[in-house]
Amino acid sequence: MKGEGVAKQKQKAGVVSIKRGWRHSWQLYVLLLPALVWLAVFMYGPMYGLLIAFKDYKAAEGIMGSRWAGMKYFKQFFSTNIAKQVITNTLVLSLQQLVFSFPIPIIFALMINQLKQGKFRKIVQTISYAPYFVSAVVIVSIMQVILAPGTGFVNILIQNMGSRPVMFMSRPEYFRPLYIVSGIWQTMGFNAIIYIAALAGISPDYYEAAIMDGASKLKRILYIDIPLILPTIIIMLILAVGQLMTIGYEKAYLMQAGSNLATSEIISTYVYKSGLLKAQYSFATAVGLFNSVVNFILLAVTNFVAKKSTDISLF
Amino acid sequence: MNREKKSFFSGEWGFDLAVMAVLIALCVVILYPLYYVLVASFTDPNIVNTGQLLLYPKQLYLDGYKKIFEYRDLWSGYWNTIKYTVIGTALSIICTIPGAYALSRRDLMGRRKIMFLFTFTMFFQGGIIPLFLVINNLRIYDSIWAVTMPTAVSVWNFIVCRTFFESSIPTEILEAARIDGCNEFQIFFRVVMPISATIVAVMILFYATAQWNSFMNPLMFLRSGNKMPLQVVLRNLVLSNQAASMSADALDAAMRQKMAEQMKYGIIVVSAVPLLCVYPFLQKYFVKGVTVGAVKG
Repeated sequence: MKGEGVAKQKQKAGVVSIKRGWRHSWQLYVLLLPALVWLAVFMYGPMYGLLIAFKDYKAAEGIMGSRWAGMKYFKQFFSTNIAKQVITNTLVLSLQQLVFSFPIPIIFALMINQLKQGKFRKIVQTISYAPYFVSAVVIVSIMQVILAPGTGFVNILIQNMGSRPVMFMSRPEYFRPLYIVSGIWQTMGFNAIIYIAALAGISPDYYEAAIMDGASKLKRILYIDIPLILPTIIIMLILAVGQLMTIGYEKAYLMQAGSNLATSEIISTYVYKSGLLKAQYSFATAVGLFNSVVNFILLAVTNFVAKKSTDISLF
Repeated sequence: MNREKKSFFSGEWGFDLAVMAVLIALCVVILYPLYYVLVASFTDPNIVNTGQLLLYPKQLYLDGYKKIFEYRDLWSGYWNTIKYTVIGTALSIICTIPGAYALSRRDLMGRRKIMFLFTFTMFFQGGIIPLFLVINNLRIYDSIWAVTMPTAVSVWNFIVCRTFFESSIPTEILEAARIDGCNEFQIFFRVVMPISATIVAVMILFYATAQWNSFMNPLMFLRSGNKMPLQVVLRNLVLSNQAASMSADALDAAMRQKMAEQMKYGIIVVSAVPLLCVYPFLQKYFVKGVTVGAVKG
């Protein structure tokens, strides 16, 4: 009853505010203006620029003036061997990353949730956020120095155990594990925040009832914690799948060495190199566009499947 | 059946102990690489290069740092990074906070459509080459604006902000201000801003971190060596140092190698330390920022 009354009052207030709002609402648009200008110039501007994927872009002639080329650059991309290689590399790296690094923050959050509020818990959490504030350049630099054959401590340990030094940073087979492990190292704590918050929202009543029934802590995790944060997990999963093909090129590019390109060349680094370093603007734009479209389809499909099967979706 | 399973875990203290042990191990794994670099930057490179696990600086050796402080590119890089971070963050705040507030107002006409325009770009973007052309056409290539303007708004941050305003500014307050005769500007600056310090702090932290750490945008959109930020300087030093020392003659190379090795560690420290010192104090805010964003989900 009480709740209803408040809701009605709020509704009333809403109606009044709409009426009175008109007089000054232009001022709200002024507040919005900087963001809108930015959106138009730096987000929708480049989308217009996507046209050059279908043109023979020449800087002197501009986007409109350049001649149409149809699907020429897409065909060119798919006719090369490198297309298959970079697409495979992107997919394998993203999927491996998803499989290995998605569950870990959840497990970490469940463990943190076992700790009582206090100093220890706070220290663990603070430490876990630290790598999130370290740049990709620093992370790759740290890997470079601690994994260096002959001087890095990881390799010295390996040598002390009687094995030969491992060329971590230059052999193609180590690129993906290093990329994924360093990613987990960097984001585990930060990505756990959302799950920790979700866990904190679980009513103590559930636990009390479970304890009465004699459920062990592990059982409480399996039958209370996990089911109750499942909606959060699913939303995060949709988002993660939606980002599959947008895998960051910064770290991959930094980790590239001439000798590990067989696994480290992904679509985004390839676009950067062929586009900006070799100035093949139209070609690189076409490759990038292909990537974006595949990614968009992936997101839409995941969202659809999640909506149908669990009733949870982004849009 | 329940009781049988329970005895398998032989009481709850074993479980607690296991959780503690795993968490402590994780903390060590997270901190050690950072700590190692810090200690290595103060230790004689001859010891560091034998690959010992360092717990404390064994032979204090500071020549590397001396060299670092004499290294001019580093200082220009540092200065550039500070400049880009301050100006970039200011731009971000100007674009994000008022805009997100306006879009949080349910009585704004066309709110849903405008919001869709923002959200859409989270899932589909033009890509780097078209962005590069835009920057060229605006004639801001190789200037401070090329590295600050394209990243002025992060749509994710924008949505976090909007959600914050939606959920924490009661309509009653806006209503009261309006009755007192405030116009929209006055409401925003005098009523909304003073009670929104948290979200402004979160945004400053998120944007400043991103700008401080950004590497690819400066690499793509700047050309002049003296405009490069710290991250690019660091990358040039750590990743191309090897080639430089190999080309030098043998005698010189040994000494130079020693120096260069330590400089690597020192520069990693110098570039990572500011953020690592600041974030623990802002923890409360960014945790809030992340969870506010999740309310929507």
